[in-house]
Amino acid sequence: MSEPLHRQLGLRDDEHERIVTTLGRDPTRTELAMYSVMWSEHCSYKSSKIHLRTLPTEGPSVLVGPGQDAGAVDVGDGIAAVFKMESHSHPSAIEPYQGAATGVGGIVRDIISMGARPVALLDPLMFGPLTEARNRWLLEGVVAGIGGYGNCIGVPTVGGEIRFAAPHSSNPCVNVMCVGIARAEDLVTTTSLTPRVGSLMVLYGATTGRDGIGGVSVLASATLEEGAADSRPSVQIGDPFAEKLLIEASLELIAADLLEGLQDLGGAGLSCALSESASRAGMGARVDLDAVPLREPAMAPFEILTSESQERMLAIVHPSKLDAVRAVCDRWGLETAVVAELTDDGELEIVHGGEVVARVPARSLAEDGPEYDRPAITPAPPEGEDPTFLPFDGDVTTALFDLLGSPNVAGKRWAFEQYDQLVLGNTIEGPGSDAAVIRVDGTMKGLAVSVDGKGRFGRLDPYLGAMHAVAEASRNVAASGARPLAITNCLNFGNPERPEVMGQFQAAIRGMRDACTALGTPVTGGNVSFYNESGGSAIDPTPVIGMLGLLEDHRLRVPSAFPRGGLAVYLLGETFAELGGSEFAEVVLGATGGRPPELDLARERALLDLLHAAAGETLLRSAHDCGDGGLAVALAEAALGEGHGFAVTLPGDLPEHLALFSESASRVVASVEPADEERLAALAAAHGVPCARLGETGGTRATIDGLVDVGVDELTATWELAIPRLLGEAV
Amino acid sequence: MSDRAPRIGVVTFPGSLDDRDARRAAATMGGDPIALWHADPDLRGAEAVILPGGFSYGDYLRAGAIAARAPIMAEVVAFAERGGPVLGICNGFQILCEAGLLPGALIRNRSLRFICREVSLRVETAQTAVTAGLTPGETVRIPMKHGEGQWVATADQLARVEGEGLVAFRYSSPDGIVDEAHNPNGATNNIAGVRNAAGNVVGLMPHPEHAVDPDVGPTGGQALFASLLQAALAGAAA
Repeated sequence: MSEPLHRQLGLRDDEHERIVTTLGRDPTRTELAMYSVMWSEHCSYKSSKIHLRTLPTEGPSVLVGPGQDAGAVDVGDGIAAVFKMESHSHPSAIEPYQGAATGVGGIVRDIISMGARPVALLDPLMFGPLTEARNRWLLEGVVAGIGGYGNCIGVPTVGGEIRFAAPHSSNPCVNVMCVGIARAEDLVTTTSLTPRVGSLMVLYGATTGRDGIGGVSVLASATLEEGAADSRPSVQIGDPFAEKLLIEASLELIAADLLEGLQDLGGAGLSCALSESASRAGMGARVDLDAVPLREPAMAPFEILTSESQERMLAIVHPSKLDAVRAVCDRWGLETAVVAELTDDGELEIVHGGEVVARVPARSLAEDGPEYDRPAITPAPPEGEDPTFLPFDGDVTTALFDLLGSPNVAGKRWAFEQYDQLVLGNTIEGPGSDAAVIRVDGTMKGLAVSVDGKGRFGRLDPYLGAMHAVAEASRNVAASGARPLAITNCLNFGNPERPEVMGQFQAAIRGMRDACTALGTPVTGGNVSFYNESGGSAIDPTPVIGMLGLLEDHRLRVPSAFPRGGLAVYLLGETFAELGGSEFAEVVLGATGGRPPELDLARERALLDLLHAAAGETLLRSAHDCGDGGLAVALAEAALGEGHGFAVTLPGDLPEHLALFSESASRVVASVEPADEERLAALAAAHGVPCARLGETGGTRATIDGLVDVGVDELTATWELAIPRLLGEAV
Repeated sequence: MSDRAPRIGVVTFPGSLDDRDARRAAATMGGDPIALWHADPDLRGAEAVILPGGFSYGDYLRAGAIAARAPIMAEVVAFAERGGPVLGICNGFQILCEAGLLPGALIRNRSLRFICREVSLRVETAQTAVTAGLTPGETVRIPMKHGEGQWVATADQLARVEGEGLVAFRYSSPDGIVDEAHNPNGATNNIAGVRNAAGNVVGLMPHPEHAVDPDVGPTGGQALFASLLQAALAGAAA
């Protein structure tokens, strides 16, 4: 006998029982399909919800916190910045181009449904080593998919990072973040608009087909195992042209005040949009499935309800405004269909071919799903030698070149050039800097955005790893001169049903909570991506943080690279003997144990405040975070950005390889005019931040203390060519 | 010289992306930008017309092919035939080629990838609506961003384009050297932009509208817009 239907759809026996109890009867096939997608991990957050509730979500700048399609912060003058991050990892593992493309499409619709114009995209990506052909295929496909979709919808891709680690060979992570801008008074939230009984639900955009059925339950909420390619029909196909029309039409509908509600169709398709819209309004709806425009005839009700066909939106419209809504959509060539009417009984009643095929409480799908406090154990620290205490008698210059040429550190121009970074005309700093900076259209304000997550720290200590992700994202934003405001996140983990993974997740949540609290950057929303494992082996726990910061005047932006010679170079912060999880440990020593660097959040906060204050006084000519590869790589990157060399000595008395490559937190390499050195020292002292003079910029060589003396052009060549070489495109 | 702001029409097709950027650039340079809609056969008194970048109609048949047959294009063609200044940028260039107003065609980049990069363009002629203020041989710094920007032509077309001096811009080094090392997309003879015989219609792949505001990029596009605005005023005076 085959498995019962609910199990085939990914529902557990006790979840099935819960449905029977809710309905007081056995569910129909259609109802079961709807519950299976809505109660999937991906849609219901059933394993993470109770932990996510412990995160700090309030702050003076927060306009909209978690629970809506995206978070929003106040950037002054009545302007709101809306932002959100999501994953599209499982689809991308199977079909990289379409998986990544539709990931972009989905996050953009989240921003639109808040009533905001999408103005920037950033893509944190993680792959396995490029020495494997399949990983090269995944990287090429994902980058092409992001470009193919993003470039066609008129939203610039301004940032992102690309990281490589062995566990991502079978589980690449594709995260995507979108930032939007709206008048604060125009934000569409459950409290800003009031749907009325009798109002209509209008589906507009693309037609509904058989693509993406079960995407959230079959694909996103289970591990990828042998034969995963058979799930390819569960990957959606994107049409970016339709998305562009959807953006313009939706913003026009909102500007003309024609809507009582707006929701995108993403995971779980109509099941999600109908039940969430009705539930948020505290109502029910009578749905006519025959009114849904179909791409192919004879689709079964469950297919129509769970299809994840892309580029569709669901608006709530008062009958008196229906003609006006249709006129706007017609103008943009978009099909409209009235598919439902709001009712006051809280029931979602779905009619197909004259028959009621489902009748369930809307809330039971959207909000009253199961919640689990899954068993967790504190993960044992991974084995391996602690690199901090290993002897090193190699050549530090060779090590520096090895690090600059390692894929994590190497330049990512190969990828970034495939993205339109410029459309909308507000890109002040595109991909490759500490933070992307975009101008808020029509103002002098700048938004600084950074995405950061380092699985290697998380593997050694998930609590510290999450704290580092928040701190580094804050530091990147502050190094650009901005004040960090708030975060979104994408939490990439393995199978939550395994206690070790749940232990990692809980530790990461605590780390994020502590860091966000200490640094004053609340969490406005995010996404949890579980089941990133196959064959019982999970990815490193990798919370990716998307940080938004504000520059009151974008002309106060500080670049990462030395802008010219003749400047004084300083290290803000202090270096300790900390190689655990570092790029040097991995690439040069091959030692994978130890602990991540310590993180003192008070010191981090002091550094962030110093950077913001110094930028406000136009004191800094450049500022660059010391991250992967430590001080040596930070100096090299600051030099190769604009081709200006430097001559420095190392502060302190650490052994040279530790002074150069230790990845101690809370450090920045900055340059100032010689005339401003005393001001910088005084400001740093006032903030309690150690400030050591390293040397000067100038010339075409990078010189460190008689240890390193190389041409900046050599550093540049190694850094620039590493990725193309690994892809077989350069010699 | 007139201090009147010339009316610069920018056509929005479904899928146009850099239309607002072109309008903003026109305004920054002292023009009066007019939004034109693909379905309206009306140039609303525009004294110059810009066909902006993007993916009109998704570029689903062939880049620019459907837009070239949009209702407003009959007006644009008539305007061009009367000598009105017309600038096609990126997708707009593709549309002008598809509409038969400019020679050649644009195919996928040699790398088969989209490329977003700042490039130098060597000005080849001052006899156009957008280069009148420039000197042949000088270079301008402007970003490009396209997946289908490799300009190609039949042998006859190419002979005519080169023989009659219809090349407006070539990809080059910052000091004007034209060679393979400075050919980002494989374009025939490094051709980045061409003009019609009269010089009032110009198309180029790089984006001068993204090169007028020093806060967000280089400023090599300023001279092109300044020339276009002058041409618009001159056309109105003629």
